[in-house]
Amino acid sequence: MSEPLLDIDQLHVHFTLGGGLLGGRRRTLRAVNGVSLELHQGQCLSIVGESGCGKSTTALSVMGLQPPTSGDIRFRGKTLIGAGAPDRTDRALIAQMVFQDPYASLNPRQTVYSSLAGPLRLHGKRSRSEIDERVAMMLGHVGLLPEHAKRYPHEFSGGQRQRIGIARALILDPQIVVLDEPVSALDVSIRAQIINLLLDLQEKLSLSYIMISHDLGVVEHMSDRVAVMYYGQIVEIGDWRSIFSTPTHPYTRKLISTIPDPDAILREGIAETLPEVHPPAGMRFYPEDVSMPDVYAEPPPSELVQIGADHQVRCRPAG
Amino acid sequence: MHLRFNLLLGGILSAVVVLGGIFASWLTPLDPIMSADLMNAEMPPGREFWFGTDAQGRDIYTRVLYGAQVSLAVGVISQLINSFIGTALGVSAGYWGGWWDDLVNGLTNVMLAIPSLIFALAVMAVLGPGLSSLLIALGLTNWSWTCRIARSSTLSLKSQGYVQAAKTMGYGDIRIMFGQLLPNMIGPILVMATLGIGSAVLSEAALSFLGLGIHPPTPSWGNMLTDARELIVIAPWAAIFPGLAIFLTVLGFNLLGDGLRDALDPHMRTRRV
Amino acid sequence: MTVQPLLDVKNLTVSLPAAGGRQHGIVRDISFNILPGEAYGLVGESGSGKSVTSLAVIGLLKKPLRTSAGQIVFKGTDLRTLSSRAMRRLRGDRVAMIFQEPMTALNPLATVGRQIAEMFVLHQGKTWKEAHELAVGALASVRVPAPEQRVHAYPHQMSGGMRQRVMIAIALACNPDLLIADEPTTALDVTVQAEVLKLIQELCTARGTAVLLISHDLGVIANMCQRVGVMYAGKIVEERDTYELFSDPWHDYTKGLLGALPRLGSRQRHGRSRLVDIDSIIDDRSRLTERLCFEPRKLRAGAEVRP
Repeated sequence: MSEPLLDIDQLHVHFTLGGGLLGGRRRTLRAVNGVSLELHQGQCLSIVGESGCGKSTTALSVMGLQPPTSGDIRFRGKTLIGAGAPDRTDRALIAQMVFQDPYASLNPRQTVYSSLAGPLRLHGKRSRSEIDERVAMMLGHVGLLPEHAKRYPHEFSGGQRQRIGIARALILDPQIVVLDEPVSALDVSIRAQIINLLLDLQEKLSLSYIMISHDLGVVEHMSDRVAVMYYGQIVEIGDWRSIFSTPTHPYTRKLISTIPDPDAILREGIAETLPEVHPPAGMRFYPEDVSMPDVYAEPPPSELVQIGADHQVRCRPAG
Repeated sequence: MHLRFNLLLGGILSAVVVLGGIFASWLTPLDPIMSADLMNAEMPPGREFWFGTDAQGRDIYTRVLYGAQVSLAVGVISQLINSFIGTALGVSAGYWGGWWDDLVNGLTNVMLAIPSLIFALAVMAVLGPGLSSLLIALGLTNWSWTCRIARSSTLSLKSQGYVQAAKTMGYGDIRIMFGQLLPNMIGPILVMATLGIGSAVLSEAALSFLGLGIHPPTPSWGNMLTDARELIVIAPWAAIFPGLAIFLTVLGFNLLGDGLRDALDPHMRTRRV
Repeated sequence: MTVQPLLDVKNLTVSLPAAGGRQHGIVRDISFNILPGEAYGLVGESGSGKSVTSLAVIGLLKKPLRTSAGQIVFKGTDLRTLSSRAMRRLRGDRVAMIFQEPMTALNPLATVGRQIAEMFVLHQGKTWKEAHELAVGALASVRVPAPEQRVHAYPHQMSGGMRQRVMIAIALACNPDLLIADEPTTALDVTVQAEVLKLIQELCTARGTAVLLISHDLGVIANMCQRVGVMYAGKIVEERDTYELFSDPWHDYTKGLLGALPRLGSRQRHGRSRLVDIDSIIDDRSRLTERLCFEPRKLRAGAEVRP
């Protein structure tokens, strides 16, 4: 396989709670606990899990908005962490982000034009006509009209705002686009339009996506590879087909079988047709009990075990 | 409708005061100090002296106009200093956090614990009376609420997507503060500033009333009130007109602040999509 | 023999006064009924009027919204004719409601036990002591672990899922005939959502409580309801048995809604295709919404909505 575009290596992000003068006992919240991921050019890698599983923290670390406690993130082999990391301006060309809430992600005091043109100026574009052209082209890419540039965010609907958010993320031509729950705040019909747009743009501009989501339907539809996170760790990872056709880890199976699936009523829901699975010989799944995790304790050693061509599941030795 | 009313009335009142101060020498033929004429002392308002005269026979109308220069200069300049200090400290503390935030917070709490007029009195006592020391005293003592507001706005704004996006776009911290944070908190800060102008006018009056502000015979609304104190029964107009000037100025700036806050809200400038 | 419906909403119109004395119809002339013990779903996107419908039924519309026409017949009485006092007595006792956000719907300053007990005191005239005992039982019935201790807990000490269970306990305390659930699980994680939905379903089936479920989530509706009304721009555009609706939708809007959903497993079975863009099915959607009138366009014969 070719060199990955982005390589997340044993990422840890821990938060210290309490302590202080009156804070009581100091505890360490292990938000991200040894996550390793690779993103390849042109792929969509999805990180799924429920709130508190560390998927958003992982994304923020990729964006440079959350410094990791330990571990490394490399872009084309060059580290993005610590000494030797690129500065904020250079980093901007590596990864950009589409945010979940289309209402909070645009500055209400800036017109669409200044939201899009500002970054171009910051990155050295000076000619007015060049900037105008790029802004108009980007608006066209996301299905908006050039005259929309003069307007303020509150004049747009949620779906249109998300389009503007996507245009902003793409305006600097970043190598990676991080999609943080890009459609979960949108209505069903608008959601479909944005998903289609994201897929079209990926094809047209050969974009590489890291998508954070809890919506398995969206994840299956959009992803090439999927990582399932549970309390700071990846419990199962693989290509989308393996994850959705033979979900193996108890947590993945729980997620898939609890999703309210309209097809369940037609007796052809995916939950009824899940094949039976067993842990690899001599191993048991870790964690086996997916109901009450202790987020403060250091988890016992476990590893991702290969069970298919591109399919790994977290296990620990049996007994 | 409501918005227009606030902005209109506030604007008119403030404009009258500002223009009155600026064009004082055109609006009255008399001199505020040299026009003393004991023959005309304590004349009630009338055709010759619109607002009456004081104990030295000086025209109160003239002195109120010239007093506006002092009061407004003190109000506006000291509040500019306050807004600048408060906003700079509040935004930087909220944005950067850490020890700087702790320090600013501690300082704000200390400032809030000391009544600002007492603090200003202490500063005046050290610097001595006069216009410049008045500006310093009032400019350094009334920034804590602005600081609080700027800090809490920053805390809530900095987690918003567009601030995060600006960071990932490569914007520097100072640019983010000026480009993303400040425009979105300008409303409350402006309101604080206009309220602050009002309260600085009042403080100036209070300090001058106590004899620590502007040296007589230079007129300021505060020392005019001091002078009028003894005449309150026989010549109440000597107290009423400077008092009314203070009241209308404070009211005008407060209404203006309210109106501006609404007018600056981009939601008010809606175009239909 | 036909069963008398528990709730019969007839030609309900909820309107918003607009400039010039005109009225904007937020909900326009809709009719549906719910049989005793039945789970009925209203599904639609934001702005379709589904939440407003539920608030109109329980009489909690906020001004300037008001019910301007129609009847809401509950157990033979038109709720629109009831006094606000009689309506208050009915709410929480015969008709109960649970909301989307359990944190804001609970009083943060009272223990959950007290908030449940209040229902018994208010509607059944129990003493606080008796009510407290009953509250422990109610909390146990919604499967909150260690109910004897948890009655003393405050809402902020509980997780979102636990708080929603408390809401359910409060709502079902007096064994209402109808439970209105407005997006009850939208704020919850998927696995917690599944547990809470299952709980609502089991408790209501066991007690014979009818459910009016409001949701934007077709999956939730499919799993919970026997009949579904699809709302769009203030109208019910299609009302069907759930199985029929999902297997063979009639109305173009319903088809669009189902096609817009990335269904789990469909990529494996059919490969990846673009999701249906409703705007390409129902042309001029934005203008339709603006005029707030909806004429079903390419409607198949027989799909007309009652009445």
